[in-house]
Amino acid sequence: MTAATSEHTARRPASAEPGGLPPVTPLSRTRLALAALAGAGAELAGLALIACAAWLITRAAERPELAALSVAIVGVRAFATGKGVLRYAERLAGHDVALRAQATTRERLYRALIPARPLAHGGADLLSRMVDDTDAVQDLLVRCLLPAVAALATAVAAVTIGFAVLPAAALVMLAGLAAAGVLLPAATGAAARRWSARIAPARAELAARVADLVHGAADLAAYGAGERALADAARADDRLAALERRRARTHAMALAVGTLVQGATVLCVVLAANAAGLGRVGTTVLALTALVAFEPVLPLAAAAERLAGVTEALRRLREIRATPPAVAEPAAPAAPPPGPLTIEVRDLVVRHGEDRAPALDGVSLTLGPGRRVALVGPSGAGKSTLLAVLMRLIDPESGTVVLRGADGTAVPLSAMTPESVRERVTGLTQDPYVFQTTLRDNLRLAGPSAGDEELARAVRRARLDRWVERTGWDTQLGEDGRTVSGGQLQRLALARALLYDPEVLLLDEPAESLDEPTADALMADLLDATHGRTTLLVTHRLHGLDQVDEILVLEQGRITQRGTHAALLAAPGYYRDLYRSESLTRR
Amino acid sequence: MPPPRKKPDRMHKDLLRLIRAERAVARHLALCLAAAVLAGLLVLAQAELLAGVLSGGFAPSALWVLAGVIAVRALLGWVQGVAAGRTAGGVKSALRRRLLGRLHDLGPARLTRHRSGELVTLTGRGLDALDPYLTGYLPAVAVAGIVPVAVLARLFAADLASAVIVLVTLPLIPVFGALVGWHTKAVTERQWHALSRLGGHFLDVVRGLPTLRAFGRARYQAGVIKQVADAHRGATMRTLRVAFLSSLVLELAASLSLALVAVPIGLRLLSGSLDLHTGLLVLLLAPEAYLPLRVMGTRFHASMEGVAAADQAFAVLDAEGGPERAAGAAKVPEGVPEIRLEHVTVRYPGRDDPALRDVSLTIAPGERVALVGESGAGKSTLLHLLLGFVRPAEGRVLVGGVDLASLDLDAWRARLAFVPQRAHLFAASVADNIRLGAQAAGDADVRAAAEAAQAAEFVEALPQGYDTVLGERGADLSAGQRQRIALARAFCRPGASVLLLDEPTARLDGRSEAAVVAATAALAEGRTAVVVAHRPAMIELADRVIHLSEGRVTGPPPPRPAVPAAEGRS
Repeated sequence: MTAATSEHTARRPASAEPGGLPPVTPLSRTRLALAALAGAGAELAGLALIACAAWLITRAAERPELAALSVAIVGVRAFATGKGVLRYAERLAGHDVALRAQATTRERLYRALIPARPLAHGGADLLSRMVDDTDAVQDLLVRCLLPAVAALATAVAAVTIGFAVLPAAALVMLAGLAAAGVLLPAATGAAARRWSARIAPARAELAARVADLVHGAADLAAYGAGERALADAARADDRLAALERRRARTHAMALAVGTLVQGATVLCVVLAANAAGLGRVGTTVLALTALVAFEPVLPLAAAAERLAGVTEALRRLREIRATPPAVAEPAAPAAPPPGPLTIEVRDLVVRHGEDRAPALDGVSLTLGPGRRVALVGPSGAGKSTLLAVLMRLIDPESGTVVLRGADGTAVPLSAMTPESVRERVTGLTQDPYVFQTTLRDNLRLAGPSAGDEELARAVRRARLDRWVERTGWDTQLGEDGRTVSGGQLQRLALARALLYDPEVLLLDEPAESLDEPTADALMADLLDATHGRTTLLVTHRLHGLDQVDEILVLEQGRITQRGTHAALLAAPGYYRDLYRSESLTRR
Repeated sequence: MPPPRKKPDRMHKDLLRLIRAERAVARHLALCLAAAVLAGLLVLAQAELLAGVLSGGFAPSALWVLAGVIAVRALLGWVQGVAAGRTAGGVKSALRRRLLGRLHDLGPARLTRHRSGELVTLTGRGLDALDPYLTGYLPAVAVAGIVPVAVLARLFAADLASAVIVLVTLPLIPVFGALVGWHTKAVTERQWHALSRLGGHFLDVVRGLPTLRAFGRARYQAGVIKQVADAHRGATMRTLRVAFLSSLVLELAASLSLALVAVPIGLRLLSGSLDLHTGLLVLLLAPEAYLPLRVMGTRFHASMEGVAAADQAFAVLDAEGGPERAAGAAKVPEGVPEIRLEHVTVRYPGRDDPALRDVSLTIAPGERVALVGESGAGKSTLLHLLLGFVRPAEGRVLVGGVDLASLDLDAWRARLAFVPQRAHLFAASVADNIRLGAQAAGDADVRAAAEAAQAAEFVEALPQGYDTVLGERGADLSAGQRQRIALARAFCRPGASVLLLDEPTARLDGRSEAAVVAATAALAEGRTAVVVAHRPAMIELADRVIHLSEGRVTGPPPPRPAVPAAEGRS
């Protein structure tokens, strides 16, 4: 895919996308048609097999010449073979199309997620569910669409056979098949939606009770409330179980109705044939055709129940695509000014939700070329929010952020694309991630063209060299591979940031989850390595901050103190308190 | 399709043992299986009647009997569905309750060794994966065990030649199924690593998206996703080509044997050596011999996920260790007790270094003690020791002269007020959260406690005040507000004589810290207080400061650095 089309796909508004339909390319559409043909063919062969065999046996009982039966004999054998082979073809073609459609859905979802959206930060659970939801497309095709096509083809064929033999019987079949294939699935689908709406709150309640028991274990034990919480969870389980029992009753009813409709149809066909004085051959062919025609039709009731879940998953995916990105793209993006850059932040106000208190409430700061500024403060004070604004991951409610170039031109952040901002202003972000790939590729994503020498230098400066030596450059990391401890992950992220070498380096808690000596050493190296670089350092460790040019204390979204290390220690406040407690807890 | 990690046999046995232990569930399962088998057998009667009617062997009035049979089949199908739902619900409830009980028995200290997120998912929706196994697979096994035999018996009685054909081809299904399955497994195992890596790639990239964004690699990865998806599809289709062979074989065995039966019957009818009734009966019955086996195969594949969930559940249930501790019976001494640790060593399983080593100290009644030291020094362990969450490996803890191990633990804990580092707020109202340890507390008590913990102001500003629901999906409180709710919990236990606080002001901003410190000072009045503290304001509350390092008491802490501190301290 060329760069131009990829831009186009990413920015196309979600509302322009066709509603709910699985994304199938023209090529896939042909394959899908082939799979549907094979599936319908398999069911038709099954129907023809029974009709043929019924004709063969009843006709043979009338003792005609052998030649009169030979076509039926060939037919029985051919349909028997055809059924199995066509079914195999359908399953292969169907899964192939489904996997292609899933791949397209995933790619489209991914492209929708590239511009940061508010919901993308919903934690690992939400992400897993989102990825699971893309499986719904497979279900839709393989378990809903293809069976429905095959059932329809079979029903049409059965009714056609009926018309050829006895129109009255055909009408009976049509009524029965329509009841089992249209009305019943419509009812089960509606019931499934209704029940899932009733069961979802009970399920959420149980999940909350279980989470309370697990995450609140210490509080419960200390306050002697464990038994009570256990009983609460058991009650929630009871309520859920009662609802599920009632849902099972509805489901069982649908099964029973299906059996009844099938039986009644066959009976009525026989009665109609008898009433019309149809011969034995015709009656038998009609009866068995009616009986077998229901085989692909009856499972549609269960497919409709599944469809309710599938449409729900597809709706969630559409919602994600419809959520506006957290950052507005400029219509005519401006080019960033030439470096070295100065960042000027004026009266910045950021809110994470309309009804929430501002995360940043009137923050101003200037980060000049070659200057290093440290940002300290309690958790939740808005430190990471500030970095997110500087990286154009979120837009402020009010206030300005401006990049000023060496030539004096000032370009507001909002006039540039997020990508072009992050080309210059980026670094070590919160929650760095280890990909399931080699150590080398994990590092190289921050410098695709970096040579071994550059990689080695970045690793050395992040104090990761000994671990890399032990682990090896080509070792697989991540979930299935070698596990990476919190400290190693942090240093890997730092190595990435140093390798990327942005004009303005942002570092969000680089010493987080390192043990004390390593953290001290890392911070010392870091302060060495960033000498003369434009750097904004978020940290909760004050050790070594005497080397930075300015320290800002951020509390509840406001800068409450600013100055050098010595100046801040001289004044009462958060910084001096934190410094004292840090010295108390040092070895 | 990853191969099952454990032998499924064990899971089946564990699950059956569980079902046997639950009488009601066992009854429902028996009913479900009986209905399934009976409905399967009624297909024989249906075929018999239909063949009779169509061949003219039975009078047309037999149609009414046929109608009756169909009605009974439908009824049995309904009974089977209802009983299956009850079985599944019963098994899930039983497993869930055992898991919950197990979590409760493990207690806070041992629970931390499990991955809590996984436990919550497993106990919640994870067990739903058992549904296909219980409602689909088990009945299919019962039907597959009985119905084909009955069909064969009827076929033998009707027509020996056809019966022999079915008898010979029938075993082909399990044999071929096993052969293909075995081959599939080999192929899958060979490709498993590639498959799981490729399959997991998408989730991996989506999770790492913030990192990719930071380094301008997000767009590039979109192309990679496409490539990997193509590779994944290729590998999956190679496996499926073999895996679907099994269903091809099953389908062919079933339909070809129908042809094998039908054509000779036609020829024998032609020669007059067979009557039409038998011919039709055989035609109708032959497919019913194969169907249950095919259904069982399909349902087995559908239930694999449930097998994995059950495996996980039984692994948690079977894990070592019984209830947290046998409850002692000794009475808790009246009043504010003296607490004495004598040469206490605490070890956590799986860790070489003890968390506390040979700690001896005495805390006088009413004394306020601050515990300081670097993280991992054993401060929280000391609090957990006093709470009875962990037991000393060596040495003992005396409360008013009585060994803690012999005390009635519930009665002892009723005398404590504990504020953990990160208090959990339950999915309940603010008031219920505050009266966690004092069920009898009325609204006035709750308000007083909130007042004392400096929480009243922000609670009253919440949309529903004290009735506002908290917890994960509840109101959004700041860290300082959450901590003050936890303090209110402690205030709501006026009878508590010992106060245990674990860094109550960690991660708080200056204003919240001042409020919490003031509240703590009020709470500690007239009580023994053991406070893990980092911040000077909190430490200043203490009568005595105990410094812990690597699990040992190292005496008073080093003197506070002068302010402003000298440079180059370390």
